[in-house]
Amino acid sequence: MLKITNLQARVAGGKQILNGVNLEVRPGEVHAIMGPNGSGKSTLAHVLAGREGYEIIGGTVEFRGQDLLALAPEERARAGVFLAFQYPVEIPGVSNMFFLRTALNEIRRHRGEEELDAMDFLALVKKKMKIVDIDEALLKRPVNAGFSGGEKKRNEIFQLAVLEPALAILDETDSGLDIDALKTVAWGVNAMRSPERAIVMVTHYQRLLEYIVPDRVHVLAGGRILRSGGKDLALHLEEQGYKWVKDETAGVR
Amino acid sequence: MTSAREIEHFAQAEYKYGWTADLEADSAPCGLSEDTIRFISRKKDEPAWLLEWRLRAFRHWLTMKEPTWAKVHYPKIDYQAISYYSAPRSAAGKPKSLDQVDPKLLEEYAKLGIPLREQEQLAGVAVDAVMDSVSVATTFKQKLSDLGIIFCSFSEAVREHPDLVRKYLGSVVPYTDNFFATLNCAVFSDGSFVYVPKGVRCPMELSTYFRINASNTGQFERTLIIADAGAYVSYLEGCTAPMRDENQLHAAVVELVAHDDARVKYSTVQNWYPGDENGKGGIYNFVTKRGKCAGVNSHISWTQVETGSAITWKYPSCILLGDNSVGEFYSVALTNHRMQADTGTKMIHVGKNTRSTIVSKGISAGHGQNSYRGLVRITRNADGARNYSQCDSLLIGDQCGAHTFPYIENQNPTARIEHEASTSKIGEDQIYYCQQRGISAEDAVSMIVNGFCREVLAELPMEFAVEAQKLLGLKLEGSVG
Repeated sequence: MLKITNLQARVAGGKQILNGVNLEVRPGEVHAIMGPNGSGKSTLAHVLAGREGYEIIGGTVEFRGQDLLALAPEERARAGVFLAFQYPVEIPGVSNMFFLRTALNEIRRHRGEEELDAMDFLALVKKKMKIVDIDEALLKRPVNAGFSGGEKKRNEIFQLAVLEPALAILDETDSGLDIDALKTVAWGVNAMRSPERAIVMVTHYQRLLEYIVPDRVHVLAGGRILRSGGKDLALHLEEQGYKWVKDETAGVR
Repeated sequence: MTSAREIEHFAQAEYKYGWTADLEADSAPCGLSEDTIRFISRKKDEPAWLLEWRLRAFRHWLTMKEPTWAKVHYPKIDYQAISYYSAPRSAAGKPKSLDQVDPKLLEEYAKLGIPLREQEQLAGVAVDAVMDSVSVATTFKQKLSDLGIIFCSFSEAVREHPDLVRKYLGSVVPYTDNFFATLNCAVFSDGSFVYVPKGVRCPMELSTYFRINASNTGQFERTLIIADAGAYVSYLEGCTAPMRDENQLHAAVVELVAHDDARVKYSTVQNWYPGDENGKGGIYNFVTKRGKCAGVNSHISWTQVETGSAITWKYPSCILLGDNSVGEFYSVALTNHRMQADTGTKMIHVGKNTRSTIVSKGISAGHGQNSYRGLVRITRNADGARNYSQCDSLLIGDQCGAHTFPYIENQNPTARIEHEASTSKIGEDQIYYCQQRGISAEDAVSMIVNGFCREVLAELPMEFAVEAQKLLGLKLEGSVG
């Protein structure tokens, strides 16, 4: 589904952050990308989503047979790439429901499906609300405006549930969550696991992986994937910390 | 398209209604003197008292100075270089129905998306179409007159209902009021007149579409709306103007009067030519709008969506004389390119338990400068007066400006006054977030802007709200990649 080959990117006119990332993700798989702060995890997520401000210096990204890097951010979203933001953005004045319906209909139109009217959409929302235990009142409020940190993260997963992307990238979805909120969010993500869908979790801590068990774990450091393995790799990291990673990267450089 | 370029592109969306109808104008020569005023008055066959009133205003105007306190900058206006009267010639025959109206004129309205026929038949809107300075067509008159409602051009009102005009003209905005209003009193050309008798609820929205047409012609509209005791009327004013290079001066006066238990709702969508992206050309819009809640429990509500003009200087206000009277002001002002708007309201609380609400939304893009200027005055006897003000600014790009000048004067200890203000910016991160959900950058900007204005748009009558939303969308057009 997703094939990243030797991806190199830098902040526009600035520092190089990705130094040749290779990663292949197949449908149905859940991958965790772990690494110390500043290793390029979030950059990777945003480069995949198409955020402005990064320059691709080399490499390719293929998504379902398409050249992902050639697409505008909204085209990537419509093609099935979803990014759950580490810091979801507030949009005052635009109701969550309206926002999400607009997004869903853009995606449906792209797929050649009929747009949902307000009634059908409401029915869908009611169904999906249960997945992340989100309050209906929250949906009527402006997008993320005045939401608590936990509410914002839950809202991201709720959007994921409604938009049903082929590939979900979760950027530090666990950060700032207490254990109960973490469990709720993890429950929502697990409910979204399916043979057709791939999930890539970017996280600093192993904690999230206790609740969302990955098929593969990758350690990203210095803008490259240093090591890949099964879920045990995460436990190894938990015990050892990231110090060994730093030592190894130092060696590489 | 990247969001930074998107924002820039949005700021460059062009004026879509730039065209000029080729209608023969019957204009006064340039310049302003007592002779000009006599010419106008004679052209319009006015009674002596009105000419006298105009001349008094003109003499007073000569003693006045153009105000400079607004946060707007424009080259000095040469009032002697302006022609103060222009009428489309085909109106001289005074058409009795739409069939007699110049087809070219009708075509123009069709271009604006307001076919009169359709409105007549479908929308239930009576249109007093003002082309330049003379009313050309008035519809639905019969239906309204059955209810005793008078809806006609100002000139016609002067001829047919001189007592009403004489009683109310200048009763809200006196001829000495301010530089631009006084100028209007001296040279006003035409406009609309509405009188709704006691206890009558006007069954349809009354609507006037203004057009500024002849080159170099100042436009001095005069509108007077009176709702007698227990009456209700909703009035819509909407306008677009053709593209041209010279600056055009527009100084209108609107007076509203609401007697006991009466309600007047006045809505405006304004899209005059704002000038090009370098600030060349565009309309100067110096308007005085004021409503008097004369009676107990009376209610006046202003709603405006200002999206055009190079300079906007406009403060639709309410004088709350009657006990328990209510004044409202809902405003969206959009400035783009080099547009400058200094707009807001005055709420003067005189009666007891009077209430006012102010909701102002300013949108600045390009190099636009947007100022909210509002006065809330609670006078000594206005026991239990309340005001709530909310002023929000939205910035698009980093070259524009938003400014807020709220004035509060309170002379009564029982008053309750609330003021809230906010400034936000459409950021690249918001656009990116929308894009990541599949929404294009242009739709994202449009969605955020419409969301920002929602509270105000909701105050507009249904058809008008759609038009206003379209207009805001139109302003965003061209931001498509």
